[in-house]
Amino acid sequence: MARITLSVNGTMRTVETDPRTPLLYVLRNDLSLNGPRFGCGLAQCGACTVILDGQTARSCSVPVSAAQNRKITTLEGLGSVAHPHPMQAAFIEEQAAQCGFCMNGMVMASKVLLDAKPKPTVTEIKQALNSYLCRCGSHARVIRAVQRAAGQIA
Amino acid sequence: METIETKRISRRELLQGTGVMVVAFSLFGPMTRVLAQSGAASFPEPDATSLDTWLAIARDESITIFTSKVELGTGVETALSQIVAEELDVPFAQIRMDTGDTSKTVDQATTAASRTIERGGPQLRQAAAAARLQLLKLASAQLGEPIENLTVTDGVVLVAGTPQKRLSYGDLVGGRRFDAKITATGTGWDMKVAPEVRAKDPKEYRIVGTSVQRVDLPKKFTGEFSYVSDVRVTGMLHGRVVRPPVVNSKPSSVDENSVKQIPGIVKIVQEGNFVGVVAETEWAAIQAAAALKVTWSTPETKLPANPDELYDYLKNTKSLHDQVAANRGNLDAAFAQANKTWAATYRWPFQNHGMIGPSCAVADVQADKTTVWAGSQGTFGTRQRVAAILRVPEKNVRVIYREGSGSYGRLGVDDAAEDAVVMSRAVGKPVRVQWMRADEHGWEPKGPAQLMTVRAAADAQGKVVAWDYMDRSFPWTQSGANPYLASMQIGMKPTEAGFTNGTGGGGQIYTFDNQKVIAAEIPWVHPDPTPLRTSNLRAPGDLARSFASESFVDEIAAELGVDPVQFRLRYLNNDKRPTEALLAVTKKADWKERPSGARASTGANATATKAVGRGVALSNRANTIVAAVADVEVDRTTGEVTVQRITLSHDCGMIVNPDGLRNQIQGNIIQGVSRTLMEEVKFDASGVKNLDWKTYPIITYEEIPEMDIVLINRPEMPYLGGGEPSIVPVPAAINNAIFDAVGIRLREIPLTPQRVLAAIKAAEAANQRS
Repeated sequence: MARITLSVNGTMRTVETDPRTPLLYVLRNDLSLNGPRFGCGLAQCGACTVILDGQTARSCSVPVSAAQNRKITTLEGLGSVAHPHPMQAAFIEEQAAQCGFCMNGMVMASKVLLDAKPKPTVTEIKQALNSYLCRCGSHARVIRAVQRAAGQIA
Repeated sequence: METIETKRISRRELLQGTGVMVVAFSLFGPMTRVLAQSGAASFPEPDATSLDTWLAIARDESITIFTSKVELGTGVETALSQIVAEELDVPFAQIRMDTGDTSKTVDQATTAASRTIERGGPQLRQAAAAARLQLLKLASAQLGEPIENLTVTDGVVLVAGTPQKRLSYGDLVGGRRFDAKITATGTGWDMKVAPEVRAKDPKEYRIVGTSVQRVDLPKKFTGEFSYVSDVRVTGMLHGRVVRPPVVNSKPSSVDENSVKQIPGIVKIVQEGNFVGVVAETEWAAIQAAAALKVTWSTPETKLPANPDELYDYLKNTKSLHDQVAANRGNLDAAFAQANKTWAATYRWPFQNHGMIGPSCAVADVQADKTTVWAGSQGTFGTRQRVAAILRVPEKNVRVIYREGSGSYGRLGVDDAAEDAVVMSRAVGKPVRVQWMRADEHGWEPKGPAQLMTVRAAADAQGKVVAWDYMDRSFPWTQSGANPYLASMQIGMKPTEAGFTNGTGGGGQIYTFDNQKVIAAEIPWVHPDPTPLRTSNLRAPGDLARSFASESFVDEIAAELGVDPVQFRLRYLNNDKRPTEALLAVTKKADWKERPSGARASTGANATATKAVGRGVALSNRANTIVAAVADVEVDRTTGEVTVQRITLSHDCGMIVNPDGLRNQIQGNIIQGVSRTLMEEVKFDASGVKNLDWKTYPIITYEEIPEMDIVLINRPEMPYLGGGEPSIVPVPAAINNAIFDAVGIRLREIPLTPQRVLAAIKAAEAANQRS
């Protein structure tokens, strides 16, 4: 066990944990952040995605020790229902989910995409999201949500 | 840490304000708000003939509906709320839903088959209509006006011509009980609630029929939504299952020393053939489950060793029961006199539900009361099984629904609930069980394989006079039917046979002079749980049967040189709804009449590396009519199929929420393309071999088609099921488009590049020989 301090959503948080614990479980169980979700534990589906220093990361496969001294943003860090991030607002407007379980990854990856590329083409959106799995089949609406957040559709 | 109090909280406790502190607002939110303001002394157990069981009105005018119909991600909570708001004449925003809690709701049976609006909708509508009538009676008495003079606008009862006389619903019963009886007969899906109360004329609908936004979605995009995997109970431990590596094995030894070095292990749970670990932290449980050395016995039963063995088993095993969906005329005579006959066999493999979040449940087993949080499609069935495991009366068990990950039929969530109950009982504390990805892919109950044989005959004029269709498939289990994993592993026996796999999609949408459609139920290889347990998976039975029947219809049309749309129209015999659905989709897709498969040998397409084609298919699932046109591109050199566009028309009677329906249809199209092109559970005699997303790929963003959807609204009809009916015609439409593009007939799903390429090569070789 070790004391590990993390910068999460702009706040320093300290946890007592096995340093090899995947970041996902620390976020969920020690910090009660439910945005990142367990989907596969294999970095294959993207449901656990967080933003680490501006880049997407699969928190199921990042040991918590490796997340020290880095800026961690979870879905909760983007916004809330009361004050949604523009990307979250766009997803709501497009009704871009069904069960919504995978949506953490979709929203986070889309946010990182627009940070780097404010006006992506549909092809670029698909490329950016291609490794994020959705079983309900909300893909087309997610693409529209990203376009809406980018101001490409109203 | 956010916690959820685990004490059983009765309505009575909530009413009296003497209950325990509830921290997690989302669990009891609406009820808390309703009842905290209430002065009533008691609240009865759920009773379908008590109006109070169905709904409660708070002083703040919010209205809480209690129903066992649950949100599985399809939007029914929103649509049902629309139906209730419409009937009560209140703004949509005033409706809350408290769903799937066995201590609060009537058992309306499972949320399943995309028929929740069709079956649960009228039940809630009539309960709401009865409540509105009761409210009018109360208002009539208090205002001294006959009911005929009263109207309701936005939850306020008004007196015609006397605007100062008004009472809101909150004024009338806010925070209090109705104490009124209503009629309710029958059970489950077939329950009739207050049928004698006249509901609103659909012509006056203002909320039903509009695209109200989903009530659950905003929180799902912000992390504020609480899924079953987010349930955290005070003192909760973490469990993981250790399943046998091979079918039906028994643990002959469990080496506890193998995990001794992992800190925080509470107990290695072993009961019968069940093995699991419980630990203080999730990470410890994961490590321990992976490291635990268990010696398993050699299995007594084996699965079929490969798909050929499986399909041979389906072909050669005696049917338990032949369901006859159509039987007219004399097939033997028709075939004997026929001018032309055709026959083909089609195969559909085992497929996964593949929900993104693996099964998860929390159980808190105590001496006199047990609480289970589960993502079950039927919490009452879960309660029954939990009570059986614990050998306690059902009233001692409370199952609370919390949404899992997308549910496309009965998956592992009920098994996870059993796992949690067995482990919680073993440690005497609440336990959360989360299946890992390999647990899910390996042990989720799967959509069963099916084998379809079909033959047809035409007379000298080219009229199809005979249709003989046989589906051989495994019945599927459902909530209420075994086998479940943990209960069987601890030594319980299956209590019920599986459910039928249905009969739809065998070509009975058409009328031929001589016609037989049979769905034969083949017993599964072993009654004990195996990794290929069967279950209902989105449009169970119909999807595979329609793949076969609608592909075969296309084959016959091509043989007769007839346009496949015209061919279908001819044998629909002017059946109005399928005819209109077919015409609607062909109009939208700008279908050009031509013989089926003509393009494969025409113009540039005949030699192009990337050939394009278009196919059509039609379906009727539970009286919802869907027609689809697929546009595909086939790469002759690689066999790769790209589905460019699916155009689809959909008729489910009266539409409650058009955008919600579109969302469902889009999802079904996308999942349909995925299941058609790439999905197959790989197995050998020892179990499932593709245990992750790399080896069981599903569709990605770069592979989704364009979609064009035509909604056919029939406000004069009842609302029927929307959702899974729309997946049904997708596979055959794609298959027929591939034939149109390159002239090959494929009869086994999935339509992988290897299969397509092999068929193209075989066709080329045959052409060279001839």
